[in-house]
Order: sequence, then C-alpha cells, then structure tokens
Amino acid sequence: MAPETKHLEVTLETQVESVNLAEEMCLRLAEAAGFGEDECYRIGMSVREGVINAFHYGNQEKPDKKIHLAVDLTPEKMIIHVADEGSGFKLTDVPDPLAEENLLSTSGRGIFLMRAFMDEFDVIPAQTGGAEIVMSKRLPAPGSPQTNGNHGSAPHKEA
Amino acid sequence: MALHLTPRNSGSIMIVDASGRITLGDGSAMLRKTIRQLLDEGHTKIVLNLADVDYIDSSGIGELVSAYTAVRSKSGELKLLQLTKKVHDLLQITKLFTVFEVFSDEHSAVRSF
Repeated sequence: MAPETKHLEVTLETQVESVNLAEEMCLRLAEAAGFGEDECYRIGMSVREGVINAFHYGNQEKPDKKIHLAVDLTPEKMIIHVADEGSGFKLTDVPDPLAEENLLSTSGRGIFLMRAFMDEFDVIPAQTGGAEIVMSKRLPAPGSPQTNGNHGSAPHKEA
Repeated sequence: MALHLTPRNSGSIMIVDASGRITLGDGSAMLRKTIRQLLDEGHTKIVLNLADVDYIDSSGIGELVSAYTAVRSKSGELKLLQLTKKVHDLLQITKLFTVFEVFSDEHSAVRSF
C-alpha cells in the first residue's frame, strides 16, 4: 500500500486575524506530526510570514481577496502552500534585507525568515493568478532530538 | 499573548518593560505609539527591556527598527536589554545586532548613555 499523504486546506479572509489563525493551525499540525518545540517555532513563524506576505503585499490588504493555505503531510515532510490573489512577484526582485543599505528598512524580512527557517522554499505562480509560496520541513526521524513523541498522529482530511 | 509596555524612569533614562509578543497588528502598533509618546514627552534616552518578549515576527522587527530610527532622528538613543534566546537569534540572523546596542543587565544599559 502506498504511503499516505495527508492534506488540509483552508481559505482565509484578508485580515490580520488570519495570520494568527494560520500560525495556530499549522503549529497544531506540526506538533501532531512530531516536530519538537524549536522546529514548531520555525514552522509557525514561516507560516505567519507567508500569510503576512499574502495579506499585505499580495492582496494589498483588500478584504474582497482571499488567502489560500494548504498543508500536505507526506511520510517525509510537511509542505505548506500559501497563495494570494495579487499580481505575483519574482524572488529575484526581492531586496536582500542583509545588504548594508537595507538594514534599517522597516519591512522586507519575511521572505528571508521563511528561507532561513524552512528546508525548502520557493515562489511559483498561483492558480489564483497571484503568488504561491511553497515551503517544506523534513519530518524528524522517530526518536531523534527534534521529535516530540507524537510522530504520525496528525489530524487530517483525505486529499 | 498581547504586548504590554510599562515605561519607568531610571534617572534621566526611560526604561520600557515589555512583555508578550511584538507581532503584526496590536503589538507593533502599541510599540510605535509608546515610543512616539515618549519622544513627544522629550524622552530621548530609551532602554527597551525585552526580557519577557519571547516572540517577534518580521512586522515586530520592522517596528523595532522604526523605533530606533525615530529616536535617532531626535538625536536620542534606543538600546535593547535582556533578549530571550529566540529574539537574540532573530536579531543575529537579520544582522540587526550590528545596528542595536544590546545589554544583558540593566545597570550596564543605563550607564552606557
């Protein structure tokens, strides 16, 4: 029998509250999947930054637009998708927040943090016409220091 | 956990004890309002005590930088005190340790002005 992939998706309103909601939801999934405290923090922060990006830059804080969050839990990794309904962007157009001239910028660190905290990160054109952030984190091996003992007990909805 | 900010005097220095999360929304807005208020009252030597702040997102980082530049624009100084490990690591990877003066004890922070 093929290993099961668990899938969950939710459509969020373009509002500040969606950031906390998405973070909380993915934190619970990550905990249930067996990630330890530090990795849960990194996953939660990355989801938070992805949704902030969709809320602010993608959807321009317009309440008629939606944010599409999906999580795939495969036997190897947790994959998170955050899509907006904006006009899309290219990673090569995002300024480097570590460049001397950008250190005092009050924005522009979200993409950097997601890249730093997740194992894989990319931005692709979304089916919604906007940008879709796709990022993943490898599941901890059972018994490793990165696990919390909940391995494989994530609540799920079949894809 | 919502952000709480409590300003107190230590001589001519204003110390702001923060607890909670500095994140998009109320947390960032409250920090901005408090710093602007202190500047309006003429306080330009400010120490932000982050001992009880265990979470900051990119919006919160942006607000810290905004506070720093706002205080500097008034010829003042904003210094940080007692970072938690997560906040310490966040400032380190974003290279903001090269911008902020950070202290581990209040006495040293106050004496540094």
